[in-house]
Amino acid sequence: MTTQTSVAAPAVPRRRAPRAGGSTLLRRRQRWGWLFVSPFLAVFALLLVFPLAYAFGMSLFTSTLATGTEFTGLGNYAKAFTDPLFLEGMLRVLAFAVVMIPAQLIVAIAAALVLDTLATKLSKLSRLLIFAPYAIPGVIGALMWSFLYSPRFGPGGTLFNLVGMPTPDFLAPGTIFGSLVNIVTWQWAGYYMVVIYAALRAIDPSIYEAARIDGANGWQTALRIKVPMIGSSMVMIVMFALIGTLQFFTEPVVLRNVAQGAIDAAYTPNMYAYSLAFSYSQFNYASAIAFSLGALVFAGSFVFLFLTRKQSGLK
Amino acid sequence: MSIFTQRPIEAAEPLTTATGVPSHVDRSAKGRRRAGGRRIGSHVFLVILAIYFVVPIWWLVVASTKDTAGLFSSPAFWFSGDFSLFSNIAELFTHQGGIYWRWLGNSFLYAFAGGIGATILAILAGYGFAKYDFRGRGAVFTVVLGSVMVPLTALVIPTFMLLSQYGIINTPWAVILPSLLSPFGVYLMRVYTQDAVPDEMLEAARIDGAGELRTFFQVALPLLRPAIVTVLLLSIVGTWNNFFLPLAVLTDPQLLPVTVGLNRWTALSNAGAGGEQVWNLITSGAFISVLPLILSFLFLQRYWQGGLSVGSIK
Repeated sequence: MTTQTSVAAPAVPRRRAPRAGGSTLLRRRQRWGWLFVSPFLAVFALLLVFPLAYAFGMSLFTSTLATGTEFTGLGNYAKAFTDPLFLEGMLRVLAFAVVMIPAQLIVAIAAALVLDTLATKLSKLSRLLIFAPYAIPGVIGALMWSFLYSPRFGPGGTLFNLVGMPTPDFLAPGTIFGSLVNIVTWQWAGYYMVVIYAALRAIDPSIYEAARIDGANGWQTALRIKVPMIGSSMVMIVMFALIGTLQFFTEPVVLRNVAQGAIDAAYTPNMYAYSLAFSYSQFNYASAIAFSLGALVFAGSFVFLFLTRKQSGLK
Repeated sequence: MSIFTQRPIEAAEPLTTATGVPSHVDRSAKGRRRAGGRRIGSHVFLVILAIYFVVPIWWLVVASTKDTAGLFSSPAFWFSGDFSLFSNIAELFTHQGGIYWRWLGNSFLYAFAGGIGATILAILAGYGFAKYDFRGRGAVFTVVLGSVMVPLTALVIPTFMLLSQYGIINTPWAVILPSLLSPFGVYLMRVYTQDAVPDEMLEAARIDGAGELRTFFQVALPLLRPAIVTVLLLSIVGTWNNFFLPLAVLTDPQLLPVTVGLNRWTALSNAGAGGEQVWNLITSGAFISVLPLILSFLFLQRYWQGGLSVGSIK
């Protein structure tokens, strides 16, 4: 039996079950462990490992009308990493990450810090309303904003004429970047706020008492104590936001309905892979693009987790 | 192997619902006045933020009550003279044979089938990883955890090619099967199971003669309820919101979920001639399609407020 040690502290890794004996009981336990995880592992193998391997295999071939399908090794990757359309798309999503993630985080942190000091009905209602866009699918959110940005339906004309300014075109090549940042911030900042808020509520309030006795004011408490103490939540949020931003797809695709001139078919790497596969039937090259994007995102988040391991407490 | 320590969801619950005045508010008269001023400033800030987040939703509510002429001519944030929501709904039943309701039903089917399936797999795997010390557990779990960082959209084109090999492209399965994959759900369930199900209880059940399955169903499962609801909610929302996957694997208009369907109407309305412009159907259709999720978030507040933070680690 394995339980004689632990009474308290259930989260500590323990139970190094003696393996040497190999009693039938232990072997039966081992089998049950595998039985419980195997349904998921089957799905994992069939729908993640296998497709990735298959795509990698596909990406090693090139098929043309003239020569048929032939093995070209890493040729598609050499092509991808010198393809200006792919590289521009990659740079663009990196630029989105640099602008969009801080924008969302600043809104989310500011809202969560303010909410943390209030316990009124109005603050609870605000929390609910700020979170509300999370319940709206990305496509529908982008559709709504495409109406609001549209010169035909949108309120832009009325609002800007009110203060005597010309109506800006939200869907022009120069403004579309900001318009997209706005949509994503609107969609996700509330969700991040809820996560940060929950992390703030989990801090032991006696720490604030100690800070107050030491003469810290509200701002100092917020910036020097609260923000550092939720480091691990922030790391998780930034990582998920990073993964999401690098595979940017839904919002630009939807806005493309109304802004063909500003968003081309290769605006982001994912859109490029999609149009290669479904408009041009270049499945081999599309696989190489998808695989490269996946590898870059994976490597990027891995490096990010490594660099922030101190803040997150991950090992 | 990375050890993610995790505070169970219940631990966050009493804190999120705490109503007491924060302890660091200065209680002296002068301090209270100063704090009062700050509180007004804080509330103003919150209200401004809330307005930004709510205005587009308000627009959708208003727009769903207009006909196409009203959408073009009336102010964006206020009602036009006549209330056309019901005639719009009636038109949704007749336009293209009421395909909109078909789309809505598809969305429900995909979200629930995918979400429930993914949750069942996550519960079983989470329990297996947390409570059985089988050989290879550490390595397998590390691989599963690492796969959280694989962008799901990178899988869409490979999945499409694979599914078309087996001829299940353009069927509901093409959306449901990939939605079963939720490594993050497995991670959440494992972490929660570790904290919420004491080994002693499992041992006691075994000593009393309960088999492994019975121990799981009667001892562990009831303790996992809060995490199950959270994972279920997250997976259903994830599948409901999915766009890239159904866009790639479905071409039959009858099979589309409502997200892809409405996007298709928008593309046609923007490109097409007068007859294909169905702006009023797009706005009222979008409004109806967001109601189920908004309402369930409203009624399940208790779960998401504590539960969405499960992802945050301490």
